[in-house]
Amino acid sequence: MGLNGNDNKKSLLRFTTAGSVDDGKSTLIGRLLYDSKSIFEDQMEHIVQSSKRLGRDEVDLSLLTDGLRAEREQGITIDVAYRYFATPARKFIIADTPGHIQYTRNMVTGASTADLAVILIDARKGILEQTVRHCYIAALLDIRHIVFCINKMDMVNYNESVFTGIKTSLDTVISKLNIEDPHFIPISAKWGDNVVDQSDNMKWYGGKTFLKLIETIEVRKNKNPEIPRFPVQTIIRPQSSEYHDYRGYGGRVAGGIFRKGDEIVVLPSFLKSRIKSIDVMGKSLELAETGDSVSMTLEDHIDISRGDIIVSAGTLPEISQDLNMMVCWFNERPLLSGGRYLVRHNSNEAGCIIKSIDYRMNIGNLTKDYDNLVIKMNDIAHIRMRTSKPLFFDPYKENNITGSVILIDEGTNETVGAGMITA
Amino acid sequence: MSNHIEINDGHLKDLENEAIFVMREVAAQFEKKIILFSGGKDSIVLVHLARKAFWPARMPFSLLHIDTGHNFEETIVFRDDLAGELGVELIVKYVQNSIDKGRVTEEQGVNASRNKAQSVTLLDAIEELNIDVAIGGGRRDEEKARAKERFFSHRNEFGQWDPKNQRPELWNIFNGRKHLGEHFRVFPISNWTELDVWQYILSEKIKLPGLYYTHRRKIFKRNNIYLAWAPFMQLKPNEEVFEADVRCRTIGDITCTGITLSKAESLEEIIAEIAATRVTERGGRYDDKRSEAAMEDRKKEGYF
Repeated sequence: MGLNGNDNKKSLLRFTTAGSVDDGKSTLIGRLLYDSKSIFEDQMEHIVQSSKRLGRDEVDLSLLTDGLRAEREQGITIDVAYRYFATPARKFIIADTPGHIQYTRNMVTGASTADLAVILIDARKGILEQTVRHCYIAALLDIRHIVFCINKMDMVNYNESVFTGIKTSLDTVISKLNIEDPHFIPISAKWGDNVVDQSDNMKWYGGKTFLKLIETIEVRKNKNPEIPRFPVQTIIRPQSSEYHDYRGYGGRVAGGIFRKGDEIVVLPSFLKSRIKSIDVMGKSLELAETGDSVSMTLEDHIDISRGDIIVSAGTLPEISQDLNMMVCWFNERPLLSGGRYLVRHNSNEAGCIIKSIDYRMNIGNLTKDYDNLVIKMNDIAHIRMRTSKPLFFDPYKENNITGSVILIDEGTNETVGAGMITA
Repeated sequence: MSNHIEINDGHLKDLENEAIFVMREVAAQFEKKIILFSGGKDSIVLVHLARKAFWPARMPFSLLHIDTGHNFEETIVFRDDLAGELGVELIVKYVQNSIDKGRVTEEQGVNASRNKAQSVTLLDAIEELNIDVAIGGGRRDEEKARAKERFFSHRNEFGQWDPKNQRPELWNIFNGRKHLGEHFRVFPISNWTELDVWQYILSEKIKLPGLYYTHRRKIFKRNNIYLAWAPFMQLKPNEEVFEADVRCRTIGDITCTGITLSKAESLEEIIAEIAATRVTERGGRYDDKRSEAAMEDRKKEGYF
């Protein structure tokens, strides 16, 4: 199989893990890496020694994922950490995010690139406000596959009714948030039940182990991946004698399939042309599909620059200076109505003014707050903005790439917010 | 060992697409751009990806090598050949110059290494050449401080990394905005593992220095790690030099690069060996063994 052979096999799964403090998320990941033999001897030696130094009775698998000194000392996770492991079936990238209330922003960040979310629930505690938050964020970020791991089953005598009780009580949240593909697994991360190996303690559970599930689940991303979108990142002009007239548009397909000969439209100029070639280092391809980084050439010489988007003639995106979106706020200085920021959308950048803050989402109980509109760090709100030039976008629910933006503070250059366009 | 380990490589296309996307963002968002080039396999893969991202145009990056002076000769030859072939500028900055100028004090004793001193030379080069982005081959699977690294990693005007103050990275949107004097380190192969790198080298037929394949070499053992012997290295009384069939699993400064006993002659054999191995790549890196937070501390000081 060639690298650019356009085969559809999804052999890379990106998932995010969320949990509350002490519900065993790090232990689950440690267990997964350990039982799938992805922990190497030197790493293991390291955590055996660290466990002893910290006075733990057993080898603490969570130490494997706690990267920074402050985290090891305080036993917390302060940021998104990425972990990797592979089985013969698949390669996995885990965005491991801390579960503290104040770290909503990390969870949003981790979820933005994930195909699947794993939410941990402590069997003794059942659904917490944080569980609802985690579900809300996964749904907001358009993650359709959620695996609920009911952990610490060993602490409730592996009792089936505890598991079914929690499963039933999740129903309301799941239907309220339209979570499309939920899964439920009773586990003990500490002892490994149903993580990699089927549990002998829970014979009543007939489903897949956690690893088996994530190895075999069929992942579907963007709701509307068939609509062709190609944001132009860079113009490729060799100016060499061999490729004197070559003018390629470098970018990554953000939706759909582009084929040689397809009729396309370039925005914002609305000029039409046809695809002359799709190239990847000397190789000419018949087509490029969502996710492919390619260089495209067109039949006609038209003026195209970074920030433009190439789309199919029949399916234009929305073009507007007025955008509505759900925004997650990342900064200590609150989001202000009337505030000015930079908005970055694909390879495009514009100024923007926040016209209004419509409501603040109370994500612990899924209600909308229309009164308290001070949007602080880790808050999620619905806002309207006006941009300094038109942007070409799709609603986030239809295309996660052309429907997402970040907000940047022009003074500090910090990324202060993440937006999902609603209309 | 069997050469027929079944390894799925369908994910490589995904990783390549992501890396090329990042390369193109770097090209668009920065002015003076360099690839940190050590002659090791990760930087060779970076150069390959950069080539692919801008083909048929020349890549808009120069190569910067921070030379500790403690090199494997073959890597230097390989480096010069590659730069010549690509027609890109090769900038070499020497740690020796930083030592001569008194910018950094050379470590003494048997464990002396210039690995840490490289940070000073690198930061001086960044300032002198007005470099605003340095592309590196760092991978998050290498080490736990690296697991928290961003694709676009902001460095303040002192070249320091502040892990608590990194910009969140969402979707595929990278914020490379900065103030004067600040710079970025960008890691396009953040999401790759050691095995991914090797599988990619195989599938793209990328040329590597011979050091990565089995060869006879004089080595010695220290703290259960095999190190290559070189005339300037001091031995402890109980250490002795002997010859063996070895290959390098990583290539860095000769004083801290671990050597693997191996007879692997082909990429297929190397991949089979790595797939079966039980020690991480950096497990053989002497520089990481110094303390639990060795990498975290060096990164804060401006290391790669």
